[in-house]
Amino acid sequence: MTTADVLPRLLSLAATRFGKSVDALSAGDDFFESLGIDSVEAMSMITALEERFGIEIPDYEVQDVRTFEDLAAVIARRV
Amino acid sequence: MLEPAAYSSLGELLADALVQWKTETALLELDRARENARLRYSDVGRAVAPVARWLESVGVGPGDRVALMMSNQARWPIAALAVFLRGGVLVPLDYKLTGEEQAALLEHSGSRVLVTEAPLLRRMKTRPRVALLVSDATEAEAVGCTRFEDLVLEGEAPACVPRRRDDPACIVYSSGTGGRPKGCVLPHRAYLEQLGALLRLFPMRPGHRTFSVLPTNHAIDFMVGFVGPFACGATVVHQRTLRPEFLVSTMRDHAITHMALVPLLLAAFERALDERLDARPAWQRTALDLLGRANLELTRQRPSPDLSRRLLRPVHDAFGGKLEVLFCGGAFVDRARAERFYALGIPVAIGYGLTECCTVATVNDLRPFRADSVGRSVEGVEVSIHAPGPDGIGEVWIRGATLMLGYLDDPEQTARAITPDGWLRTGDLGWLDATQHLHLVGRSKNMIVTAGGKNIYPEDVEAAFDGVACEEFVVFASSYLWPRDVALTSEALVAVVRPRAGQSEAEVGRALSERNLRLPEHKRIEAWLPWAQTFPRTASLKVKRDPLAEQIRQGAGARSLLPLTAAPTAVFARSR
Repeated sequence: MTTADVLPRLLSLAATRFGKSVDALSAGDDFFESLGIDSVEAMSMITALEERFGIEIPDYEVQDVRTFEDLAAVIARRV
Repeated sequence: MLEPAAYSSLGELLADALVQWKTETALLELDRARENARLRYSDVGRAVAPVARWLESVGVGPGDRVALMMSNQARWPIAALAVFLRGGVLVPLDYKLTGEEQAALLEHSGSRVLVTEAPLLRRMKTRPRVALLVSDATEAEAVGCTRFEDLVLEGEAPACVPRRRDDPACIVYSSGTGGRPKGCVLPHRAYLEQLGALLRLFPMRPGHRTFSVLPTNHAIDFMVGFVGPFACGATVVHQRTLRPEFLVSTMRDHAITHMALVPLLLAAFERALDERLDARPAWQRTALDLLGRANLELTRQRPSPDLSRRLLRPVHDAFGGKLEVLFCGGAFVDRARAERFYALGIPVAIGYGLTECCTVATVNDLRPFRADSVGRSVEGVEVSIHAPGPDGIGEVWIRGATLMLGYLDDPEQTARAITPDGWLRTGDLGWLDATQHLHLVGRSKNMIVTAGGKNIYPEDVEAAFDGVACEEFVVFASSYLWPRDVALTSEALVAVVRPRAGQSEAEVGRALSERNLRLPEHKRIEAWLPWAQTFPRTASLKVKRDPLAEQIRQGAGARSLLPLTAAPTAVFARSR
């Protein structure tokens, strides 16, 4: 799966989870900023994404990730 | 428990623990729901031996520094124990720093060895030129270093090298931000004194299970998630992922009894609890609320975990039903949140300390529970208020056996931090009440502590704003500018900006927000203050911070701050 395949599903999950409109989110956004979440909430979003994609992402792979695009790339590598 | 007063070094105490508690479970390592490792104290002894022999083979002897940089896992205490057995000085590095920051601290510490894990080594741009012991490395990565997995297991551990109480045990960096590193050199005496005092307040025993989630390099978890449980034959539980849902499920599945955390995690637990309670019918929530109030009345003088568990079973079941106490420190704890947990029968012991004085200087001993204060000084520690004003508020000074020997290779900063008669100037402002409980109100030093327990110095953040569109620019801690008006649970970084002629507030706000986004969340500026006067500067054109701060205090209050759109996410309701 490519980053481009993952991205729309990621954005839709993030929007639903934090009550945002999916149109308001774009790939290059800092997800902490555009979702208004802290690092703990971000981690729980990543767990939800793992369930959606049926993968496990070690914490260290997402430690420096801040944008939807980069997160999609991490997921795409493992799907 | 092993009596710390009977030992002259951490190495001797920990070596004895491996024998004394040999049949008890020492370490339990989990990865999500899977169990990676379960080691009895005797197994830990067998795991320590090859690491200690390897350290010996690369020449580590008494007084040599060994850096340990690993996320929380069974190998952390195993490696630390091996260093102490060799008489080495442990340099625990924060695995959450950036690769550059880690490399700088490693270099500064003068360590001759680094024990780490491959994902962290990959983040360092260049491989450090020290002997390397690495876990989880691939064949290619293993060139030029030794893999944990390749150590030969058979054979005896070398005998514990004796150390004196005043010899250095650890060098702990008090702040990971840029600028001048401060390596606190803490002697064995500091740890042994602190350990004895804390275990008398919060006894542990075999069968207790401590959940180690804060990085163990952090002074609090080093005590609560390593040395404390080892001295008492308790079990340390590690979870390789720090997602809140796995933390809660680990607490539940492994009936955790003790845990150290920072306010950020306490907030996450409260959310997990609320989600669980919200799923219940309204009448049950009302009943729980009433039971919570009854519990608060019945346990006002001291906690009674058994009673609270019976009264509030659904709450306790969510956390495994055995929780005795949560230690919360590293930053400032929201009073209402701590009180809520106490009402639910989960005591939150609030402590206050600095890396410079080991783990804690003051702690709430829960007799009775009070969340309005950071507690009383622990045995062996003196706390005084220096030069108090008419309101009793002054700088908090600390003295006692738990103090560091000084900052590594930095007599200048050491002399600034510790007075000739041995008082540590904390830079925090506070007052002592009639029962000698300490109350913190603000800071006399320009820094903030985030809810995650990170110390942030405004000077280190300013570089990210170099060249931002304005005349003049400087960053302050709000708790330093207005120590009596800003609660320490809501302190933040704020910019003071002199706009250009004709530049609107909106323009300045946009320019700052844009730069803010480039910074990690905890280093972002939350608000800014427009300031029309020219900043006072030295002959070399550096901003004179203290005089400027004084001018601002005279001229503007915290209410004049303008919020920024890319501000950090508020964990607590900000009160200004």
